[in-house]
Amino acid sequence: MDMFKRVPITEQDPKERATNFDEVCLGYTEEEAMAEASRCLQCKHHPCVGNCPVSIDIPRFIKHIAEGEFEQAAHVLAEYSALPAVCGRVCPQEEQCEKVCVRGIKGEAVSIGKLERFAADWAREHNVEVGKTKEKNGFKVAVIGSGPAGVTCAGDLAKEGYDVTIFEALHETGGVLVYGIPEFRLPKDKVVKPEIENLKKLGVKIETNVIIGRTVTIDSLIEEEGFDAVFVGSGAGLPKFMGIPGENLNGVFSANEFLTRNNLMKAFREDHDTPIKVGDKVAVIGGGNVAMDAARTALRLGADVWIVYRRTEKELPARVEEVHHAMEEGVKFELLTSPVEVIGNEDGWVKAIRCQRMELGEPDKSGRRRPKPIEGSEFEFDVDTVIMALGTSPNPLIASTTEGLEVNERKCIIADESGQTTREGVFSGGDAVTGSATVILAMGAGKKAAESIDKYIKEKNSQSSNA
Amino acid sequence: MYKIVKKKDLAPNIFSMDILAPRVADSAQPGQFLIVIVDEIGERIPLTICDYDREKGTVNIVVQTAGASTKRIAVLNEGDYLKDVVGPLGEPSEYINEDIEEVKKKKILFVAGGVGAAPVYPQVKWFRDHDIDVDVIIGAKTKELIILENEMKKVAGKLYIATDDGSYGFNGMVTGLIEDLVKNQGKEYDLIVSIGPMIMMKFVCLLTKKLGIKTIVSLNPIMVDGTGMCGACRVTVGDETKFACVDGPEFDGHLVDFDEALKRQAQYKKEEAELAERGEQKICTCQHEHGGAN
Ligand SMILES: Cc1cc2nc3c(=O)[nH]c(=O)nc-3n(C[C@H](O)[C@H](O)[C@H](O)COP(=O)(O)OP(=O)(O)OC[C@H]3O[C@@H](n4cnc5c(N)ncnc54)[C@H](O)[C@@H]3O)c2cc1C
Ligand SMILES: Cc1cc2nc3c(=O)[nH]c(=O)nc-3n(C[C@H](O)[C@H](O)[C@H](O)COP(=O)(O)OP(=O)(O)OC[C@H]3O[C@@H](n4cnc5c(N)ncnc54)[C@H](O)[C@@H]3O)c2cc1C
Ligand code: SF4
Ligand code: SF4
Ligand code: FES
Repeated sequence: MDMFKRVPITEQDPKERATNFDEVCLGYTEEEAMAEASRCLQCKHHPCVGNCPVSIDIPRFIKHIAEGEFEQAAHVLAEYSALPAVCGRVCPQEEQCEKVCVRGIKGEAVSIGKLERFAADWAREHNVEVGKTKEKNGFKVAVIGSGPAGVTCAGDLAKEGYDVTIFEALHETGGVLVYGIPEFRLPKDKVVKPEIENLKKLGVKIETNVIIGRTVTIDSLIEEEGFDAVFVGSGAGLPKFMGIPGENLNGVFSANEFLTRNNLMKAFREDHDTPIKVGDKVAVIGGGNVAMDAARTALRLGADVWIVYRRTEKELPARVEEVHHAMEEGVKFELLTSPVEVIGNEDGWVKAIRCQRMELGEPDKSGRRRPKPIEGSEFEFDVDTVIMALGTSPNPLIASTTEGLEVNERKCIIADESGQTTREGVFSGGDAVTGSATVILAMGAGKKAAESIDKYIKEKNSQSSNA
Repeated sequence: MYKIVKKKDLAPNIFSMDILAPRVADSAQPGQFLIVIVDEIGERIPLTICDYDREKGTVNIVVQTAGASTKRIAVLNEGDYLKDVVGPLGEPSEYINEDIEEVKKKKILFVAGGVGAAPVYPQVKWFRDHDIDVDVIIGAKTKELIILENEMKKVAGKLYIATDDGSYGFNGMVTGLIEDLVKNQGKEYDLIVSIGPMIMMKFVCLLTKKLGIKTIVSLNPIMVDGTGMCGACRVTVGDETKFACVDGPEFDGHLVDFDEALKRQAQYKKEEAELAERGEQKICTCQHEHGGAN
């Protein structure tokens, strides 16, 4: 085998997968995983580890795979991550661990993500128990939101012996993992559900259909229901619109609406009640993971799809793999283009978008070159559906109903490194604090907060028992 | 799972249910709604909280069968369960947080259209509980579609009925009756609260704008999550886009762009019709299992 090249991974054929919702990437077999793992140089200074937000001991778990010790590999992962099967699939690896892999200097980086996914899938398929729980300590912690941040925090605290209850606004648990990221990238029954089942095995209680700020408040959880601490992992679910004319026409959707109808409510399945509308020609506005997911979903529902993005391919914020997959499947890209108006027909339905061509100017704060409109470049683009994938911000509901919980000007909850908010006993992390980011960062924040909550409760009670 | 503890038919295709949902009952306020999912394949259906009993932990809903999902709720009986109930959602009515002495000074008229009588009822009851008399109009196409008349009588100051076909009460639509009350019967109102079909609210608002009476409406656009996450429920109020599920559902009716709202509400008409057809088949097998409704 060529040690400079990755062991290729099996994927569904682009033509075929463009018509179904099954997972695109089929994963490594045991032999393939061992061969890929053997490419790892086991570097002493292992730069990969430093570039993983939760510092997974990458060479160690990969070594186990190389030696066929898959169960041990899974145990290593479990020391650092609550959701390896998820992160192995959706982490922007090329920006993180794989970016600095020493193998990548002369050839292709080791497929760290795919190997992580392999070990986690293997463990699940072979019913390997990876969590151990300490004896119950009698303290109660409330976790708000069941996305990656909440799930990680709840799991870690349950293992420490806490009595943990998750409160989730929706009728299903998983946060973006169930309502946002589509089945073809992250299978729900196979990958997400078992992670939640594991939590229940650890003794975590889950109450769905509870909206904190409406059904109950944080204050009543603490004062009336006796919770010793609260973790807020409510994410950043509020969709942004552009504020251009015609945005409320029929046929204009937020990516959240489109994806929620399809993923959470399973509109793509004939036997489910929730309807979904996808026209013949769909423009998805934006260039991130959310835009790619919406585009590839619309494609699978039978539409012709364009991504409309105001910078160039190089600046697309989506994972490289997703862009590549979208292109392979037939999503078209209208780059350096930005809509200025949605045009409707007499019945109030979208018939076109008026767009402007852009060019790249000076770099902005993020270091990306700022797009600016080219004068006189306006043109009309015929579409019957427009999906806005412009990003999201945190929902203000919790902060506005919790005494002393402060947010910054971007509506993000203010919390320090440890997850401590401006209110005693209330911790927060994930998208609710950072604005929309990544699964692994949310998980990392959930983990940190679990440590802080443990410390907070223990210190508080040793003080009160000394007093 | 949420148990249906009581069910009552109110009119053809309109029924009421008490559902055991203690957390919702505990925090519900007039003006708010909840979301129901019937079963594994059901959609999220928003319904107004028509009443609540904090002691028993129940909330009351009144449902008019429209399409697939509401029909699947309709065949359920006492003792059956709804898969999900979430709420309370939306902002409570404005007057709840106002100075009660100020509220007492106002002359208020509630205008309910069809099943809209159900969400009007707890509001009128709230005023009764605070010793305030408010007038109420219930309007419907025909006599047998008038619901909650007796319940409303007990809590309203004066109750007026209007039917489109003149089979009961005032002969004509609610707008005709409002005009009659104000122009011919010397009634004066500081505030009108109108709840019912979107088209009715539109015409009530056109009239009250002319009459110069502030009007609050409760909008019922298409919703998905009901928590501010999707934007399906967006409406134009003044020159702003609002999400009805978190900013509403009640708004100043004179600022609402009803024409846009009406178009948006019809967005899934075709799909809903197809689903309704499939729904009929589902209900059929369902009734066999339950041994038929009633
Ligand atoms: C379409 C899409 C694709 C993405 N693709 C990727 C990817 O490929 N890779 C990657 O790393 N990241 C991706 N992301 C981002 C990633 O999913 C998020 O950063 C991550 O899920 C954040 O986790 P969280 O736990 O902070 O919040 P969330 O996952 O948003 O979970 C928050 C949960 O809290 C609940 N909640 C909110 N308010 C309340 C309340 N008041 N009461 C009770 N519960 C409440 C919500 O219903 C939700 O379930 C994607 C995001 C989207 C939308
Ligand atoms: C805040 C609010 C409060 C409501 N309160 C009540 C109530 O107390 N009693 C009652 O009978 N109905 C109420 N409705 C309307 C009720 O939600 C719809 O009638 C129901 O969703 C229709 O579902 P269906 O599948 O049976 O009918 P469908 O055939 O699916 O639809 C029938 C009609 O309802 C509209 N509709 C479809 N889905 C939705 C949706 N998710 N949200 C809103 N409208 C939709 C359609 O545009 C169509 O005009 C309320 C709606 C809202 C938004
Ligand atoms: S969690 Fe993400 S960054 Fe860390 S090793 Fe896995 S794929 Fe790489
Ligand atoms: S940098 Fe690459 S080759 Fe080196 S230890 Fe990490 S994964 Fe292995
Ligand atoms: S229903 Fe989704 S934002 Fe209002």
